[in-house]
Amino acid sequence: MRMNGAQIIWECLVREGVDTVFGITGGKVIPLYHELPAFPIHHITMRHEQAAAHAADGYARATGKVGVCVATSGPGATNLVTGIANAQMDSSPIVAITGQVSSSDLGTDSFQEVDITGITMPVTKHNYLITNVTELAQAIREAFHIARTGHPGAVLIDVTVDAQMGQTEFVYPDEVNLPGYRPHTAGSPRQIAQAADMINQARRPLIMAGRGVIVANAGQELTALAEKAGIPVTTTLLGKSAIAESNPLYLGMGGMHGEGYTNLALQAADLIINIGARFDDRFTSSAHTFAPKAKVIHVDIDPAEIAKRIRVDLPIVGDALNVLRQLVPLVEPVDRSAWIEMIEDWRGETRDRSQQWEDSDELVPQYIVRSLSDITQGQAIMVSDVGQNQMWEAQYYVHNRFRGLISSGGLGTMGFGLPASIGVQAGCPGAPVWVIAGDGGLQMTIQELATIRQEGLPIKIALLNNGYLGMVRQWQELFYDRNYCGTPLLGPDFVRLAEAYGITGISVKTREEVVPALERAASIDGPVLIDFQIEQEHNVFPIVPVGRAIDDMIRRPHPNEQPR
Amino acid sequence: MSLAQNSENYSRRTLVVLMEDRPGVLSNVANLFRRRNYNIESLTVGHSETPDISRMTVVVYASDAVLEQVTKQLYKLINVTKVIDITDDDAVIRELALIRVHAVSTNRAEIKQLVDIFRAQIIDVAHDSMTIEITGTEDKVDSLVEILRPFGIKELTRTGRVAMVRGALQAGGRR
Repeated sequence: MRMNGAQIIWECLVREGVDTVFGITGGKVIPLYHELPAFPIHHITMRHEQAAAHAADGYARATGKVGVCVATSGPGATNLVTGIANAQMDSSPIVAITGQVSSSDLGTDSFQEVDITGITMPVTKHNYLITNVTELAQAIREAFHIARTGHPGAVLIDVTVDAQMGQTEFVYPDEVNLPGYRPHTAGSPRQIAQAADMINQARRPLIMAGRGVIVANAGQELTALAEKAGIPVTTTLLGKSAIAESNPLYLGMGGMHGEGYTNLALQAADLIINIGARFDDRFTSSAHTFAPKAKVIHVDIDPAEIAKRIRVDLPIVGDALNVLRQLVPLVEPVDRSAWIEMIEDWRGETRDRSQQWEDSDELVPQYIVRSLSDITQGQAIMVSDVGQNQMWEAQYYVHNRFRGLISSGGLGTMGFGLPASIGVQAGCPGAPVWVIAGDGGLQMTIQELATIRQEGLPIKIALLNNGYLGMVRQWQELFYDRNYCGTPLLGPDFVRLAEAYGITGISVKTREEVVPALERAASIDGPVLIDFQIEQEHNVFPIVPVGRAIDDMIRRPHPNEQPR
Repeated sequence: MSLAQNSENYSRRTLVVLMEDRPGVLSNVANLFRRRNYNIESLTVGHSETPDISRMTVVVYASDAVLEQVTKQLYKLINVTKVIDITDDDAVIRELALIRVHAVSTNRAEIKQLVDIFRAQIIDVAHDSMTIEITGTEDKVDSLVEILRPFGIKELTRTGRVAMVRGALQAGGRR
């Protein structure tokens, strides 16, 4: 069948299972958009291309499918870059399609021309510049394959406007031929047997689960391993929701803002079983101080992640699901009650410290997040922004829904939450979706309230408004002589702003208003923004200062101590 | 536990990298070395014996741990098909240099003599200069350059290292 390049792009997307794309049109994608109405794909018109990339990323994380974003050449393409880098850092499969000037104008600095394949080379898994319509179908087929397989990531396809308009006979490629790309997914049975031996012999083992478990849909298998062998589980930020967090074996998140008992357990463990995490520096702190007593098993689909920062005793290259399915039958139930008791002692002490709001009537963010967790029974898909709000969410929301936390981990992109939630809700139409954001991050992409309104998405936004770029202010308070340079923010009236966008706004200034406001928002069948005007100088604890070991943390004050 | 701590043994390593001959692949490799802060000493690229497969020889200053990362990161590039460390193999290593040296009638004979000793060739003669082509190990090229320097080197270009494992096996054939 003869088609033009634009039709081929949409036809290939349909065949890849794409039902929703996020984008903004522009001069060099008019031919592409011209053909869109004939295809069964819903286009969500965003208000900024960065948001389009974040929405595609959110969609991908929430559904496990490839997210797609579209932008025009030049500034449209450069605006995508932050979102592409964000997806790539967190192994989120997205395909970005950009328009490009005509192939005859390439390299002449023509209007809205930018070398987007050059620019995105370090922040994509792979990218393509397509100047000929005959190369399009193969490139799109490869792009989706590369984005979703192996260590997932971002792929960009830059299509010149003449390639969009050129005609060719459409043939959908049956297979991809990439001799240099063969991800190892199986996991070596010999190494898996060795891992089982190490686990069966360990007295103080600890599972550390990362996003790889979620990508591989291996939550049940992870839980089975933990429960069968009686091994406690900690997660990275992006590993949260891999195991139901009400499971007694779940220890909370470890690392820089990890719980005290979790970090103590990591440092005391004699075996760390890392499944699908990359030993990021925000988790391990300085590498040479991490888990000094432990042997390390590292399961990762990407050989380059193994032994990158942390020495590994037993590497297993493979997909978390394949590895866990082989591993679970080989592990034995072992009585590790002494180890569990040790951890539970530490946990009890942390619990005493973690509900400080009971002693005051301040409007503290921890109480808001815990109330939200209770009201939604841990079943909402939480989309957090970056900074203090993200850490309070991670510490106080009890995630009992698999894929229940969408957050920007590696790149730490403020402004991620709101646009990502659009992709999440588009991908999971019936699910309760809540955004937790601070006033700094929310204002970086706040224009997307218009997209939410236009699409009629019932997203709920819990704004933790403290009038500061709070995490940096906290560092200034703790480590930089309280020199609050560049951190105070004079914000708008967020309730009136939400209403201007046609979104219900609720203002909360006191503790008593919290639960009614959350319940009211949850009952409204439409988008709601709640402006929680929280204690301005409230900090995230525990915190491990940079360069220290993870058990050398500044903890929350104990109820018996004087508050700081 | 840290990897950085036991990585004192830095030395020059030679990697042969095979890759699909696609646009952008060379800049992809160069970009990888730059952004991951690996130390390239030289990089040459050209066709291999297989059509559409390019062959690159990279000399990198690295420790064992860094070299492991370099190799793995190279493999992550979609168009890279094979990475072989031939540092410890019995390999033929060559470099080619073109040297234009100041030469007038009074010292041409002397330069010619030196060139002969190095089994290099004079490939062009002008009224005030001669151009010399030398192929050999980097040491040999270094030596000739130093010997010729007093005459006045007007222009110099070196290809960087190319390498091939000796014998019937292809590089990496036994892996």
